[in-house]
Amino acid sequence: MRNIKTAFLSIHRLLQASRRHRARSLSACRLFSSYGSSPKVCIVGGGPAGFYTAQHLLKARGDMFVDIYERLPVPFGLVRFGVAPDHPEVKNVINTFTQTAQHERCSFLGNVSIGTDVSVEELKKAYHAVVLSYGAEGNRSMGVSGENLAGVFSARDFVGWYNGLPINKELLPDLNCETAVVLGQGNVALDVARILLSPLDFLKRTDITQQALESLKASKVRRILIVGRRGPLQIACTIKEVREMINLPETKADMLPGDFEGIAEALKDLPRPRKRLTELMLKTLKVDEGGQKASNLWGFRFLRSPVKLLPDADGKRVAGIRLAVNKLEGSGEEARAVPTGQTQDLECGLLISSIGYKSLPIDPSVPFDPHTSVVPNDMGRVSQTAGLYCSGWVKRGPTGVIATTMNDSFETARILVKDMESGPLDLSVNKAGSQEITMLLQTRGVKPVSFSEWEKINSEEVRRGEALGKPREKVLDVEEMLKIAWT
Amino acid sequence: MSVCMGARRLVGLSLSRSSWILSRGANTSAKTLSSLRRISDPKKDRIQKRDITSCNVVQPLRSENKVTVNFINRDGETITVKASPGDTLLDVVVQQDLDIDGYGACEGTLACSTCHLIFEEETYKQLGPISDEEMDMLDLAYGLTDTSRLGCQICLTKSLDGMTVRVPESSADIRQSDGSA
Ligand SMILES: Cc1cc2nc3c(=O)[nH]c(=O)nc-3n(C[C@H](O)[C@H](O)[C@H](O)COP(=O)(O)OP(=O)(O)OC[C@H]3O[C@@H](n4cnc5c(N)ncnc54)[C@H](O)[C@@H]3O)c2cc1C
Ligand code: FES
Repeated sequence: MRNIKTAFLSIHRLLQASRRHRARSLSACRLFSSYGSSPKVCIVGGGPAGFYTAQHLLKARGDMFVDIYERLPVPFGLVRFGVAPDHPEVKNVINTFTQTAQHERCSFLGNVSIGTDVSVEELKKAYHAVVLSYGAEGNRSMGVSGENLAGVFSARDFVGWYNGLPINKELLPDLNCETAVVLGQGNVALDVARILLSPLDFLKRTDITQQALESLKASKVRRILIVGRRGPLQIACTIKEVREMINLPETKADMLPGDFEGIAEALKDLPRPRKRLTELMLKTLKVDEGGQKASNLWGFRFLRSPVKLLPDADGKRVAGIRLAVNKLEGSGEEARAVPTGQTQDLECGLLISSIGYKSLPIDPSVPFDPHTSVVPNDMGRVSQTAGLYCSGWVKRGPTGVIATTMNDSFETARILVKDMESGPLDLSVNKAGSQEITMLLQTRGVKPVSFSEWEKINSEEVRRGEALGKPREKVLDVEEMLKIAWT
Repeated sequence: MSVCMGARRLVGLSLSRSSWILSRGANTSAKTLSSLRRISDPKKDRIQKRDITSCNVVQPLRSENKVTVNFINRDGETITVKASPGDTLLDVVVQQDLDIDGYGACEGTLACSTCHLIFEEETYKQLGPISDEEMDMLDLAYGLTDTSRLGCQICLTKSLDGMTVRVPESSADIRQSDGSA
């Protein structure tokens, strides 16, 4: 059924897109024929930001050529490697990205790492403009002792592991403990908690890797505490994710009623989203006072910051975490957590730190703000660097849903097109585009993976998934991906 | 109207998929829907998935049964289209190839809020009840108003003929939701 639907929509949109593009190309060629060469833009990173920026550029100018360079042989960034396996609807955006990649003026070049295989300077020479959309591949560290103990993971790695990110395939977390602590209260924290407590019968019908499924089968984790430094009114997750936790079968919310003192009174002044989220949390207190039967527990713990991780008797594995007890200064979204001087220890055999992703510098020639961990920019124009733009998490920081990334990518594309039309970008010079870069890559022994080659990997993954009753079984190894792509 | 809303229900994942196709296809008969419901009992389905609109309206055969819808796009331009009762507003945007950037990213599965539309007060009142799941996604929409709905959840009916909906401005500065930290 799903395939029929996808096919229906794809064919429909494809027909429309080609109709639209033909009409636009013709008029655009007439409009821009006074320029020397057609504008060539390249995008660094094949995640949502890259694809949405490309989509808007291709649409805005019928004479523009757009190449997307991606480090991995497979496209779609965090839609493939971040979005939880039980959120297949979110991944529908892949259908639109696929149409963009298949557009006649768009090329996808996977397996090319910018900053390593090719420098940004070289891209700037070959293209009229370069858009950095390389996401946030690092993670913020807790900055406390014990981070290297066994049983301590960053959410980034943990998510990468269950989603088949090649670099995380060896993670194999030991889930042989009853209590897990997740540090951070954003949606990623809730994704991790939900995956740990979801029934296997449900997960095995998703695209979670078989390897992760096996580990989860052996999991003893029954209780998850999700710890945040501020209070219920500052929690970073969104309501959909909290509702999903509440709806987990045989699972009960384990909140501390004391944490919610005075919260009901504050409700009336809150904006609707915050109000509904808070009401939902308050409701879990009531339901669970009723003493419903459950084998699993999950709960938020508020006003706590990590002080140190506590090792077990051998000093090798994590056995708990010491938390500073905070109080709030100020109120509302801006309230600050201030330590009271008290501490509290929580026992746990698994600790997942979900306090944020972080972008990394890509190339010495590209400005980077080490404090905010983004490429400094004004509406997507990289500061003091003509011809360089950015979009997505590297532009804005690692927050927001795909729709947020879409909007800011459209903004960057609009600005870029404006710069082409009003001067800053000189289109009178001829640029060789991907021709020049593929020649460089050849001399360096790097072979790009095209979009149709990715489609071979895709078909193989879907085929492997079918055998297991899953939408796909991801290939975990880059070498194997390349082998499938090139045979 | 009531028929359309009456057909809304909380559905399991597998049914959401099927009902999506059904809502797209012309003839969504009550019979098909109820037989699908049997396959996927929402109570048994462990994670209750979103409320997908199933437009339980038999497609009219004659074109004079079409409904007129006016879209005010982000640039202020009004686009007027004729559409069939039973279609969702997302169907209309897709089928008529309306130029609304990024509209319907999750393809009508209540997972994105990019299909956000703003209705006139009177029209809004006619749209009937809104599910918790639609509210949850709407809460993430930029420029949320008291008369906002998600277009993929709104089925056209004759009584909506002539309505005007506004596409909210998109802003690059949506920081109210947090996908990460
Ligand atoms: C765990 C998790 C779950 C999420 N779940 C949801 C959800 O359910 N719904 C939702 O709406 N949003 C969700 N999000 C948010 C969403 O994924 C982001 O908004 C979006 O992916 C950001 O897009 P991006 O393109 O900026 O970054 P990315 O998606 O990270 O894409 C960056 C791409 O650049 C590539 N790259 C990196 N370095 C280089 C280089 N040197 N050379 C070439 N290529 C490079 C990477 O391989 C990657 O493909 C989630 C995020 C996370 C982390
Ligand atoms: S299209 Fe995604 S929520 Fe309506």
